[in-house]
Amino acid sequence: MPALTLRGGRVIDPARSIDETRDIHVLDGQIVEALPPGATPEIIDASRLVVTPGLIDIHVHLREPGQSAKETIATGTRAAAAGGFTTVVAMPNTSPVADAPNTIAWMQARAREQALVHVLPTGCISQGMQGELLAPIGSLKRAGVVAITDDGRCIQNNELMRRAMEYARIFDLPLMDHCQDYSLTADGVMNEGYWSAVLGLRGWPAIAEEIIIARNALLSELTGARVHCQHVTTAGGVRILREARERGVPISGEVCPHHITLTDESLQSYDTDFKMNPPLRTQRDIEGLLEGIADGTIDILASDHAPHCAYEKEVEFDDAPFGIVGLETELGLFLDTLVHRKILSLPALIARLTVNPARLLGLPIGTLAPGSVADITLIDPDLEWTVDKDRFESKSRNTPFHGRTIKGRAIRTLVAGRTVWSLESGIQP
Amino acid sequence: MSWNRKDLIEIRGLSREEILLLLDTAAAFKAILGRPIKKVPSLRGRTVVNLFIEPSTRTRASFELAAQRLSADVISIAKEASSLKKGETLKDTALNLQALNADFIILRHSAAGAARFLADRLQAHVINGGDGAHEHPTQALLDTFTIRERLGSIQDKHVLILGDILYSRVARSNIFCLLQLGARVTLAGPSTLVPPIFRELGVRVEHDLDRILPEVDVINLLRIQHERQRKTMFPSLGEYTALFGLTQERFARCRPDVLIMHPGPINRGVEIDSALADGPNSVILEQVTNGLAVRMAVLYLLSGGLPMPDPASAQSLNPPIA
Repeated sequence: MPALTLRGGRVIDPARSIDETRDIHVLDGQIVEALPPGATPEIIDASRLVVTPGLIDIHVHLREPGQSAKETIATGTRAAAAGGFTTVVAMPNTSPVADAPNTIAWMQARAREQALVHVLPTGCISQGMQGELLAPIGSLKRAGVVAITDDGRCIQNNELMRRAMEYARIFDLPLMDHCQDYSLTADGVMNEGYWSAVLGLRGWPAIAEEIIIARNALLSELTGARVHCQHVTTAGGVRILREARERGVPISGEVCPHHITLTDESLQSYDTDFKMNPPLRTQRDIEGLLEGIADGTIDILASDHAPHCAYEKEVEFDDAPFGIVGLETELGLFLDTLVHRKILSLPALIARLTVNPARLLGLPIGTLAPGSVADITLIDPDLEWTVDKDRFESKSRNTPFHGRTIKGRAIRTLVAGRTVWSLESGIQP
Repeated sequence: MSWNRKDLIEIRGLSREEILLLLDTAAAFKAILGRPIKKVPSLRGRTVVNLFIEPSTRTRASFELAAQRLSADVISIAKEASSLKKGETLKDTALNLQALNADFIILRHSAAGAARFLADRLQAHVINGGDGAHEHPTQALLDTFTIRERLGSIQDKHVLILGDILYSRVARSNIFCLLQLGARVTLAGPSTLVPPIFRELGVRVEHDLDRILPEVDVINLLRIQHERQRKTMFPSLGEYTALFGLTQERFARCRPDVLIMHPGPINRGVEIDSALADGPNSVILEQVTNGLAVRMAVLYLLSGGLPMPDPASAQSLNPPIA
């Protein structure tokens, strides 16, 4: 009976409103109130560290099946572990797309064999992610998806989105939506504004995102379905979400690290590691996002980890794929940007990375309550480190943060009571 | 001062002195072009590659001729006849050209940022021959050269750029060049193609052409490419001509000595009345001639050529051949 005690850490468990120095005990991969008499636990000294529930990233592209040159379930979950994440929610825009139960079954089998952290699959909203016909949402639910989404694409047909919401309610599945009106973003590659005017790159207006967020709020209100707006990037989007949530509409939104740390001014170099969808916006948008994060309008944070091969990115800006890797820089950037700059308390940040995403998915994870699976992250919020993409566990290197010095990071990740990664020893497969 | 950049990618970021050096050097070359023997040995032994991934007639011919007048070896590659057609990336095409010891690569490409992409990866000098809607620096230099030659200076001159600004690299390069030399710049055209955000560049944006015409010293007309544009930007070419075309009636409102410019190719009867294009105020063909001198100057300065202080004595200033 392997026993473990994390001794003397600052335990933050937002699900139970706990923030105090105490020991955490683990027995057989579960958190227990106390170890049985006579147990001889392994001791991990957690003094001067923060002990939190294993972090959850609700928005990750693991690229398997079909795009294993970019990332695999094995490498993507290693990156998650190295970033402090014990659970990742995998997006369905793989090859083939995850719109059928057998694809979900394949991913789950693969994850059982190769994943270092928990992988929660999502399924498509529409067949083939084509935005025309409903995917077999009930069968996907039975196969184990935790949400449905066409992430990477956005359903343009409002009638289809309405029916998807009505139908998903049978199964109490949340819908996660990549909010983008295509008619407003044709050929767009960067935020529409001053810098797109200067750089001659096609603009992608904020309104293209806000129109869909507004649509989702209206449809969520109509249908009662839980709708989650992925990677919100605009001040206007936050305003729409705030208004809807105040009226009790079951809609939520997430924000990614790059959208609160970088602006479209970075595009001056035409460096494709700054090309993402949705695009980097303006300082005014960052301020709107930070307000939304601070007041709880945005109650979930995520990476949108989107690996791409170097050769795919090393092309003309218009031709490069959108997206950046994020799992290994995410926590540090959030600590640095939100906690150290006093936007959020540390417990409020941890809530946005644990219990809040767990609640959206309706899962009893993201807590250190006795009886829970012992998924635990140890964090040093004050450790300064410099991002080195060549040391990433991810298979891809497409980050705009290479060389950036960040304050705070995970230093140890435990899944079901076992250390899968530590800063000292690296991955422990 | 002397030139110390490897590449010419954009006008934005060039100092006033750098722009003036380019224009003064172009003036020296223009003097050479007026002689019976128009060739100088400045780039003998150097290789210039025209890599034109997007169609072009005048820019490509102008660069080819400029390189030949400087005695360089010149090859021109168009997309249709290149491995790019077979799926080779721009990066690989460029690296292969460099492996052949090309000294200069002149790139015309449909993607903004493409010239910088090459410049960052190659030892060769890269000259931007137009990249998407970003910049077309030699066009702006030849336009500015033409204005300066005609009007004496750029300072305080009022230049109207008329037409499709949003998708125009010519407009962007001209804006940066003219503002750096102290001109006043007004942009005009349909509000969809001349969005108000351009005001933040330090220019005036105007949608009432008749109001602005009497004030301007120069009208630089941009080609309207309705067939290539999203059809939602304005209703029709007919309406464009009615509202923004330089018609005889509008020309009558202009100062009598107004300069009419156009980077070409022109759409007679659309953005400009056909007779006006050929009339005494038009400097459209002078622009083409000046383009040759400007491009010789760019190649010469990038190759390490020394400033040519006075056009009259330019003949003696050909640098020794290494």
